[in-house]
Amino acid sequence: MTGKRLWSWLAVVLGGLYFLLPLAGMVDFSLRMQRDGYSFGAYRIVLTDAQFQQTFGYSVGLALLTIVLGILIVVPTAYFVRLRFPGLRPIVEFITLLPLVIPPIVIVFGYIRIYNTSSVLPLTGSWWGTNILVLFGYAVLSLPYMYRSVDTGLRTIDIASLTEAAQSLGAGWARILAVVILPNVFVSVLSGAFLTFAIVIGEYVFAALLNVNSFGPYMVWMGGNRAYEPSALAVVAFAITWACMGLIQLFTRFSKFSTVRR
Amino acid sequence: MAFLDIHHLEKSFGAMRVVKDFNLGIEKGEFVSFLGPSGCGKTTVLRMVAGFETPTSGAIRIDGQDVTATPANRRKIGMVFQAYALFPNLTVEQNIGFGLRVAGEGKAETGKRVAEMLELIGLPQLGSRYPFQLSGGQQQRVALARALAVRPQVLLLDEPLSALDAKIRISLREEIRRIQRDLGITTIFVTHDQEEALSMSDRVVVMHQGVADQVGTPFEIYNRPATRFVAQFVGTLNLLDADLMDAAAGHIRLGDVPVALNRTLPGRVGDRISLALRPETVALGRREHGNVVLAGHIAEVHFLGSVIRIRVTVAGQLVSLDTFNQPNRPPPAVGTPVEVSVSDRDLLVLAA
Ligand SMILES: Nc1ncnc2c1ncn2[C@@H]1O[C@H](COP(=O)(O)OP(=O)(O)OP(=O)(O)O)[C@@H](O)[C@H]1O
Ligand SMILES: [Mg+2]
Repeated sequence: MTGKRLWSWLAVVLGGLYFLLPLAGMVDFSLRMQRDGYSFGAYRIVLTDAQFQQTFGYSVGLALLTIVLGILIVVPTAYFVRLRFPGLRPIVEFITLLPLVIPPIVIVFGYIRIYNTSSVLPLTGSWWGTNILVLFGYAVLSLPYMYRSVDTGLRTIDIASLTEAAQSLGAGWARILAVVILPNVFVSVLSGAFLTFAIVIGEYVFAALLNVNSFGPYMVWMGGNRAYEPSALAVVAFAITWACMGLIQLFTRFSKFSTVRR
Repeated sequence: MAFLDIHHLEKSFGAMRVVKDFNLGIEKGEFVSFLGPSGCGKTTVLRMVAGFETPTSGAIRIDGQDVTATPANRRKIGMVFQAYALFPNLTVEQNIGFGLRVAGEGKAETGKRVAEMLELIGLPQLGSRYPFQLSGGQQQRVALARALAVRPQVLLLDEPLSALDAKIRISLREEIRRIQRDLGITTIFVTHDQEEALSMSDRVVVMHQGVADQVGTPFEIYNRPATRFVAQFVGTLNLLDADLMDAAAGHIRLGDVPVALNRTLPGRVGDRISLALRPETVALGRREHGNVVLAGHIAEVHFLGSVIRIRVTVAGQLVSLDTFNQPNRPPPAVGTPVEVSVSDRDLLVLAA
């Protein structure tokens, strides 16, 4: 019994070290910009860099729009598939998993081929077009996470009865989705949304190939040209991602109706 | 024409005909129950009235208007579900006010109506709770209030009490009936519990394999069952095999015992028939109203409290009868030879 326990602990500690050591090294390095000891110099430079503020702001905006678009696409789809076409569920699930299987670079090249300046729909030719393309591409990348979490959320409520109850009270589809379904899967939507946020913030391939000034290319550029600042940037990026994860936990824990289990 | 008119309604799922030539007229303010075993199509008929299923053929008219093709959200029908189906993210007040908000009622009017409904269901202090903070019985009351708040033309309840325990079930069914009477709302109540159906309804529709076997008052359904199925499904029933001896004179034979029913019977000599009689119409010993007397002996005695159910073997078949408990007279012992008497009027003849 105690022997078994010891081994379990050892495994946990080893795993922890595997993750934490490089992080600790990175944090340590990012603090050593000045010769004579620890300082936040690298962080100060990074955070006050106008480029950082601009690219980060852009990526946050893009991430929020991606989340909204993702919700608009995924919630009605997952809802109607569950309600009306349960037989299609495996197929839809497979399609939403494709972005995990197909590398983003393939998707981007596909986009560039279809929407280049000499095509019928020359989206890459304009600032607006390019941004829309990036937005749609990110919505695709977020599909696996969004769909899974929303679908899981829908499973915990009796959507058929709730829908019929709302219908008998006169509600139409838009209202049912917005007032009855969405609030009840909100926690699940949030967890999908935070993952989406984390993905979009650090995404590089789409941004670089479609040539938009987002946070991902900025990080890469930083990594190639500076010494201490990239580490500081990486720590900042990590902190953001972890904050997202923490928020997921927080919302799930303290949601008002999370006690409802049907 | 009746207020709610169901006209030659049929429903098939694939090759399976689930509802067959269903006809029913319900008057304004009437309380009608659909009673039948699981899978007989009660819910399907109800859902067609609500607009959640499209009939394969037939028509549904409410207040003279054909609503067969009207979508559910434009039918002005209140629905109460077995699983309550309250919106978990809304408070009790918001749940009850949902339909009013959809209809575009003002804040003041909605608030007033919601308060009224909370009063009606006797939960005025629980308006700001969430559904998960309520007991099952309270949730179902709120569901009822939510359905009624928009003043629907018809109220549909699909086994609203099945998920509740016995005590609440009885008090809530009395309350539903009271509210229904107060508001005078036309109501269909689906149940597979015959006691519920008989005690609450103005009329009962007994359904069997997608067909309405009989429509009538609880009294008619219980005392004059139209089919063998109705007779067996509603209440406890003794079914005895007998042979028809003389149809015109009403003579039959129960095993070796001749019985005179003193009325003309359908069928021909030698036909096998079924005699049906309720346990409460059979008396132990000779009684003046019982002109048919059969000899037998006690086979089983079940003490149920206020009622004692005794099974007597008569002509090789078991007859159940009920007597009231009397504190100073213990029930007879098994094996005691006895006579049972029954009035010939209470002996129903069903085609075998
Ligand atoms: N959507 C459907 N697709 C296929 N068959 C269905 C569907 N809905 C109901 N049925 C079938 O129709 C028949 C009647 O179902 P229904 O739900 O009306 O029965 P019920 O009388 O309400 O039974 P219960 O008392 O169990 O609720 C059943 O045999 C059922 O399997
Ligand atoms: Mg049913």
